[in-house]
Amino acid sequence: MSVAFVRDRDAPLRPPPPGTAGALGWLRANLFAGPGNSLLTLLLGLALGWLAWSVLDWAVLRAVWTGSGREACAIPDAGACWPFVWEKFPQWIFGFYPLDERWRPLAVMAIGAAALAPMMVPGAPGKQANALFLLIAYPAIAYVLLAGGAFGLEPVETSSWGGLLVTLVVAVTGIVISLPLGILLALGRRSELPVVRTASIVFIELWRGVPLVTVLFMASVMLPLFLPGGVTLDKLMRAIIGLSLFASAYIAEAVRGGLQAVAKGQTEAGLALGLSRGQVTRKIVLPQALRISIPNIVGIFIGLFKDTTLVLVVSIYDFLGIINAGLQDAKWAAPQTANTGYFVAALVYFAFCFAMSRYALFTEARLEQAGKR
Amino acid sequence: MARQAVQFIGVNKWFGSFHVLRDINLDVEQGERIVICGPSGSGKSTLIRCINRLEQHQEGRIIVDGVEINDDVHAIEEVRREVGMVFQHFNLFPHLTVLENCTLAPIWVRGMPKREAEALAMKFLERVRIPEQAKKYPGQLSGGQQQRVAIARALCMTPKIMLFDEPTSALDPEMVKEVLDTMVALAAEGMTMLVVTHEMGFARQVADRVIFMDQGQIVEINAPDEFFGHPRNERTRLFLAQILR
Repeated sequence: MSVAFVRDRDAPLRPPPPGTAGALGWLRANLFAGPGNSLLTLLLGLALGWLAWSVLDWAVLRAVWTGSGREACAIPDAGACWPFVWEKFPQWIFGFYPLDERWRPLAVMAIGAAALAPMMVPGAPGKQANALFLLIAYPAIAYVLLAGGAFGLEPVETSSWGGLLVTLVVAVTGIVISLPLGILLALGRRSELPVVRTASIVFIELWRGVPLVTVLFMASVMLPLFLPGGVTLDKLMRAIIGLSLFASAYIAEAVRGGLQAVAKGQTEAGLALGLSRGQVTRKIVLPQALRISIPNIVGIFIGLFKDTTLVLVVSIYDFLGIINAGLQDAKWAAPQTANTGYFVAALVYFAFCFAMSRYALFTEARLEQAGKR
Repeated sequence: MARQAVQFIGVNKWFGSFHVLRDINLDVEQGERIVICGPSGSGKSTLIRCINRLEQHQEGRIIVDGVEINDDVHAIEEVRREVGMVFQHFNLFPHLTVLENCTLAPIWVRGMPKREAEALAMKFLERVRIPEQAKKYPGQLSGGQQQRVAIARALCMTPKIMLFDEPTSALDPEMVKEVLDTMVALAAEGMTMLVVTHEMGFARQVADRVIFMDQGQIVEINAPDEFFGHPRNERTRLFLAQILR
C-alpha cells in the first residue's frame, strides 16, 4: 500500500446538475423546498392574492370616479369615493394657505426638490456649492417665501399653514436640526470631560424617557411660561423644536453605537500620525461611525416623518390632520369617504417612507462597495 | 556626542494595580536598530507605545529626540509628528483609498498642499513597491500589501524614528517576507527603528542590539551574535530555547 498520491490530470470543470441553478433551481430552493415550505408558500400566496384583489376591487373596480357631492358616492356597494379626493386635494397639500399665494409653497417645494435631487445622485457635479445652498440659503428663502412679510410678499400666519406643507416643513426642519445635534450629543457622551459627558447623558436620557406627545404638550403649553415676558414663540416653531430635540436624542444613541463599533486602533493610528483628537474624530472616526449608523439613523428619520402627525394634539393641521378635518364636511358624508381619505393618507406616507428606506439601502450598498468589497 | 533618539530614565507604569513596566532604563542612539522580544504580556508593546504616548507612564522620564513626554499636549503632538508607528493589525483607514491614507497626515498635520502630498505619497508607495494600488481601498489588498501601505503612510510624515509593534504577527506566512524586506531596506537607509518582533532572522540581520523583556523588566540587552550565541540570563536562554527549537 502506498501513501503517496500525485495528480497527473486536472479534474474536469463541469456545469451544476440540472434543477439546481437558474429560475427552476431558485423556485425549488426558496419556495418549494419541502412539503411544509410548499404549504406555507401556497397559503401566503393565497392570502396576498386575496388582499391585492380586495384593494383593487375597492379602489378601482367598484370605485366612484366622478361626481360633485355625497350623492355620487352614497350609492349601495360603492368602493372608494375619488371625487372627494379631487376636490379636497389642494387643501390637503396647502392647508388653509390663501388661494392666491399658493404658488409660494409650491415654489419652496420645487426649489427644494431641484436642489436635493443632484445631492442624491452620486458623482453629480457641484455637491459642495449645492450643500451650502441647501443648508444656508434655502432655509432663509423658504422661510421668507412661506411666512412672507418681506419683499412685498403678503404675510401668512403659520396657523394658516397646513396639510402636506406642514408635514414636510416639520419633518425636514426636524431632520436638519436633529442630525447635527444628535452627532454632537453622541460625541459629548463619549467626551473625556465629565461635565460634558454628564450633561449629554442627562439630556439624552431625559428626552428618551418622555413620550413625544408629552414633549409636544410641554412645548405648546409650558414652554411659553419659561420664556421672558413679551417673548412669544410661534406654535409651529415650538412643535418643531420639541420634535427635533426628541429625535436628536435617538440620533445620538444611533451614532454612539456607530462610534463604539469603530476599532480603537483607528484612533491610535490617527494619533500616532500626529493628528489632533478633533481631526481624528472628524476625519477618521466619525465618517466610519456614520456609515455604520445609516440604517438606524434613517429608521429614526422615518419615525420622525410619521411622528409629525402627532402635532395634531397641539392643533396644528398636518397632512393627516387636514384629511381628518375634511371628513367633517357634510357635503361629502358618505360611507366610503373616510376610508378613501385614510387610504390616500396611507399611500402618501408610505411613498415618502419607502423612498427614504430605499435610498438608504442604495447608499449603504454604495458605501459598502467603496469601503470594503 | 549626538542627541539620543530615545531615552527612558527610571520609567514605571501600572495598568490599575498591575505593574507593567518596571524600572526601565534605555538609551537609543540616532540611527540605531533595536529589536525587542519577550513572552506575551512582558510589556514590550507597552514600552514602545509609551514613546508616542499611546500609553502614559506614571513614573520616570521619557525623552524623545530632545523633547520630554509629559502631560503637555503640544510636546506630545510634536513627538508624534516625528515618530512613525506600524501596528500589528495595520490600522489602515478603511474608508479612505491607499493614497488618501498616505496623504491625510501630511495635509492636515503638516499643512502640505494636496498635490505635493500626493507626489510624496506616490514616492513612498513606490518605495514599498505598490504604487499601482494607490486608488484602491485597504479592504481590497492582501495583508502584506496593507502592512506595506501602513509603512508608507508612516514614512509620509518623514519621521526620525519608526516604531514597529509586531508588524508581521497578523500576516499569513507567505506574506511575512515582503514586509520584512521593506523593513530591511528601511534599516539600510539609516532609520532609527524600534521593532517588537519574534522574527529572529530579522533581528540577526538588522539589529544593532536585541532587548529581551520579561514581566515588565528589561532582562538582557546585547548585540545579536552574543544574544543568540551566548545568552547570559537564564530566562533569556529558556525563551530562546522555546522559540528557536
